[in-house]
Amino acid sequence: MFCCLFFLAIFLFSKNVKKIYRNINLGINIDRSDNQKIRFAQMLRVAFGQSKMIDKPIVGLLHIIVYVGFLVINIELLEIIVDGILGTHRVFAPFLGSFYNFLIGFFEIFALLVIISVIIFWLRRNVINIKRFLSAEMKGWPKNDGNIILYVEIILMLLFLTMNGADLWIQQNAPDYNYIKAGSFPVSQFLLPLFDGISSNIVFIIERVAWWLHIIGILCFLNYLYYSKHLHIILAFPNTYFANLNPKGKFSNLESVTNEVKMMLDPNADPFAASPSQEIAKFGASDVFDLNKVQLLNAYTCTECGRCTSECPANLTGKKLSPRKIMMDTRDRLEEVGRNIDLNKGDYKSDGKELLNDYISKEELWACTSCNACVEACPIGIDPLSIIMDMRRYLVMEKSDAPSELNNMMSNIENNGAPWPFNQMDKLNWKNEL
Amino acid sequence: MNKIEINTFSDLIKKGITPEVLFWVGCAGSFDERAKKITKSFVSILNQANVSFAVLGSEEGCTGDPAKRSGNEFLFQMQALTNIEVLNGYNIKKIVTTCPHCFNTLKNEYPELGGKYDVIHHTQFIKSLLNDGRLKVQGGSFKGKRITFHDPCYLGRANNVYEAPRELLEKLDVELSEMKSCKQKGLCCGAGGAQMFKEAEKGDKEINIKRTEEALETKPDIIAAGCPFCNTMLTDGVKNKKKEDEIKVMDIAELINQATDL
Repeated sequence: MFCCLFFLAIFLFSKNVKKIYRNINLGINIDRSDNQKIRFAQMLRVAFGQSKMIDKPIVGLLHIIVYVGFLVINIELLEIIVDGILGTHRVFAPFLGSFYNFLIGFFEIFALLVIISVIIFWLRRNVINIKRFLSAEMKGWPKNDGNIILYVEIILMLLFLTMNGADLWIQQNAPDYNYIKAGSFPVSQFLLPLFDGISSNIVFIIERVAWWLHIIGILCFLNYLYYSKHLHIILAFPNTYFANLNPKGKFSNLESVTNEVKMMLDPNADPFAASPSQEIAKFGASDVFDLNKVQLLNAYTCTECGRCTSECPANLTGKKLSPRKIMMDTRDRLEEVGRNIDLNKGDYKSDGKELLNDYISKEELWACTSCNACVEACPIGIDPLSIIMDMRRYLVMEKSDAPSELNNMMSNIENNGAPWPFNQMDKLNWKNEL
Repeated sequence: MNKIEINTFSDLIKKGITPEVLFWVGCAGSFDERAKKITKSFVSILNQANVSFAVLGSEEGCTGDPAKRSGNEFLFQMQALTNIEVLNGYNIKKIVTTCPHCFNTLKNEYPELGGKYDVIHHTQFIKSLLNDGRLKVQGGSFKGKRITFHDPCYLGRANNVYEAPRELLEKLDVELSEMKSCKQKGLCCGAGGAQMFKEAEKGDKEINIKRTEEALETKPDIIAAGCPFCNTMLTDGVKNKKKEDEIKVMDIAELINQATDL
């Protein structure tokens, strides 16, 4: 029974992981195989070490508690799974002795801390008016998603403590069940009075039900990840590994453009030299297929915390642009494309939609000052700016669709080498004013 | 004081002189009335420190930064490859510039296109002149003044230069008071990403007004900047708040120049 459930959950989860992997691979290649040591160190520091979370000290600390709680209670999960498969009870206890008591006590304290943190998170999202949780893109599913995660976390922790409390009661009061006397229960011992006056077989049932619901809850949660913003608990690691290592001001140079420009500038170049079979590259991005794999990984990794949006100068002054929405739109579109591929047995059939216009408007794209505040703010290395720039490239180079003032500026550069209508020959005139 | 001589690279090469550094003036520094004052202050500093420098003059074209950030990679690369041909033609090794946008583009985006130079921002260059003893400042005129420094995005976040401008301000014995968002968290002035050249999208406030309000909260005598575009945006912001008589927006080069000029 347990094995069936467990392997079914793992099977469904791995199916979804494959879909995510396939969808990310719809993006274009980008070489991030360099600097492996630096990348690994960055992953350890930023994802494992949570180094950027503490930019906001209070929530950062609460997040670290939930994160560490998640990590350490996963050790207990290992025992639960082994127990489930072998039909044993607290299988690790005899091997670990007093260290086992320490571990269980440690887990219990973290379970309590997690409950407290999650309640504060819930209050922040639902009671205290925090601007970044109230933005337009957070209405509906994103808000519910955030709350569901918090409810599940509280329920799981309560089940864990109930299970331990009932276990302790049985250890003390019902020797017939032969429960091994193991574990220390600094938190769940306070639940003991609740079980007094109940017959021991009911307490046993409570213990078993809590045990089952706890593990079933975790297996469900594992499969919920695919539909949720909560994927960051896994993807934060590859995302920080593959994050950009260059100075933030360095934007990519399009190689396809370099070749063309070199040809234009070289008087000896043969304009017909380029082989006609060569596929004409599309400049910039109008849909998820034009983004690179790291950008698509970014979209799946985003947990919609909104630290980017709360630092964005355009958003702070009431413009439509929200870097978080750029990431959410990219993921929504990518998932739509993924469903399309599933329906059409492996092929994408155009649905007449694109990331540009159907999800992200030009108004949003043109409001960006390219200041990198969003990139700096992201605790897990997501780069919304690169997507904005790729979409601007598409607008300008494929559609000639820039705001008219920018077209003026660009024709000035083209004609007189400056963004203003001054003659390049006059560039040193200031010298005469000395 | 000796008269400041501005030479172009081609003039000096003809005379058989190889200058120590190229001063990349930039379009704002060449044409914008306000930014020209920064240019003049900086050349005056170079002159006092006896730095052998040259400019490109009419051979200097826009680096292509605003075109690139607008999405026009073609125009950017046209500018870049043309400039690189000139720079490599003179075998230029070291470039200093007063504009963080030129700084970023030359430093980060030219190397892949064949233009590899040692590129430094003028605040870093002035700092090295002071450290090497080639330039001396007297805190006198600014002693005790309250100054807040606005981090240009393309100097700070883009390239992690936060300390050089602050160290220069400290040398002036000023009272440096930081805005609530500064350094990594510094709020943009609103000009980057080619916004300088267009109207902002619809919103409830202009970005430069918001940034100016943050600066005014520190009750400064002077708002210091390190970028000609930030300078324009903040100057407009201060005017909008009708504070232009009490509060000056000045480039670090102007402050240092006044402190050495006594």
